[in-house]
Amino acid sequence: MRQYLKNTWDGIFTVLVGMKITFKHLFTRAVTIQYPEVKVPMVDRARNRLYVNIDDCIGCDQCAKACPVSCISIETVKSIPNDNIGLTSQGRKKALWVTKFDIDIAKCCFCQLCVFPCPTECIYMTDVYEYAELYRDNLVYRFSSLTEADVKEKKVNYEKLEAEKAAAKAQAAAVPPASQNKTE
Amino acid sequence: MYEFLYQLLGNQILAMFALACIPLVFILLYVLFAVWLERKVSAHMQDRLGPMRVGWHGALQLIADFLKILQKEAPVSKDSDKLLYNIAPVLAFAGSFAAFAAIPFSSKLIGSEIEIGLFFILAVSSFVVAAILMAGWSSNNKYSLLGAMRSAAQIISYEIPTALVVLSMIMLTGTLSLSKISDMQTSSFWNWYILGGPGVGYPKFLLIPFMIIAFIIIYISTLAETNRTPFDIPEAESELVAGYFTEYPGIKYAMFMLNEYANMFAVSAVISILFFGGYQSPLGYFGNILHMNWMIPFEQAFWFTCKGLFFVFVQMWLRWTLPRLRVDQLMTLCWKYLIPYALLNLIIIGIISLL
Repeated sequence: MRQYLKNTWDGIFTVLVGMKITFKHLFTRAVTIQYPEVKVPMVDRARNRLYVNIDDCIGCDQCAKACPVSCISIETVKSIPNDNIGLTSQGRKKALWVTKFDIDIAKCCFCQLCVFPCPTECIYMTDVYEYAELYRDNLVYRFSSLTEADVKEKKVNYEKLEAEKAAAKAQAAAVPPASQNKTE
Repeated sequence: MYEFLYQLLGNQILAMFALACIPLVFILLYVLFAVWLERKVSAHMQDRLGPMRVGWHGALQLIADFLKILQKEAPVSKDSDKLLYNIAPVLAFAGSFAAFAAIPFSSKLIGSEIEIGLFFILAVSSFVVAAILMAGWSSNNKYSLLGAMRSAAQIISYEIPTALVVLSMIMLTGTLSLSKISDMQTSSFWNWYILGGPGVGYPKFLLIPFMIIAFIIIYISTLAETNRTPFDIPEAESELVAGYFTEYPGIKYAMFMLNEYANMFAVSAVISILFFGGYQSPLGYFGNILHMNWMIPFEQAFWFTCKGLFFVFVQMWLRWTLPRLRVDQLMTLCWKYLIPYALLNLIIIGIISLL
């Protein structure tokens, strides 16, 4: 009988204790973050989408070599002496036209290995993480600032220069042996 | 109310129909609010926010959900008993809707002023058992059947403590009519039956502890009758998928949910009528102070809705506080605890009412 009454009391009392706790929680601040409106700031060294500051890129290809999943592909064309490529922000002279700088961000594994070798610090991680796309092709980011016409022009210029050089070389090669022969 | 509608419409059938539509509209509006409240209460008790997108703080979420549920395909499994399967959801809602016929929303707004209102509600609300059994049996699904059987066992067991407490209240009040019970508790909260009723002298004070016990018993047992947590073994999500309405898609499922929420309000209404003065205001009416008699029924409807919603809120509160009972614990609670206490309470209240 005593146990019976104790059970009854415990039943009512424990329910009231539980109700008190839940009632308190009714008025505590919710921990939910309303995501698209409110965002948690990313930590400083968070690794998210890559960005390339193409103005600073000297086309050294080191990032592409460092990438373990080969998601960076770079093509360059040598400049001709009269070209004005400009300088990097650190005052370094650029020698190559970066005709193609594609990052397939779908392949990227966010290892940040491409960031460290860069001599001009032009490739780095940003805090952008919302870049979902409907088509996978849209995830290939093209960073090169040159238009197709530009690229064609640079190539033609370079080939012309090469051809000129080759011609000069051939001329030089053709002439001196003769003179050598003469001296002999 | 019927006379008023009859004079307005001039047709008995139309007047009856309009009268029946009032509780229906009330139920639908109430369900819109209650589902939102349930989700909000559950969310905030778990330190979440709940629905926030549709409307102000998700207020229109249920409309969006309902539109989605309406568009759903309604497949019927091959081996189910088609007739019973299709009748069950309608019958379930009809059972809980019928209970609203006898509930007085205010002194003027009552579906049917029958003398045996309490008895009618008890009888008609256990009618839902038939619908639940139909749903469980016709679905031809083991979870549905298990849920339905559990539900039948539970509702029938918990009818007894409910009936015993109602019986003690009938002994005290001497009437089965809900509007008469409400009218006895008029003028202030001091006359509510939870505080001993409208009597005077020491029997009133003697009654108070036993009234509180009676209230606790009937609250627990009606909670079990509505199949809500901690007594939700018929639809135990983690054990039986959804219990007796596992096989029901779309709008038929919505009918069962509507039944559940309507039932919640019906039992809350009965409790508030029996112990908390029903539609009577706890402090008095503005209509009396301002000499505007037409205001009183509206105030009464307001108080009635408030009291009903408060008990619905407590049901939700309990739902998010307590874990589900096991089947044997459920039966122990009913047969070993609630029924003996209710019987004892019945005898004591009977003796006190003789004093």
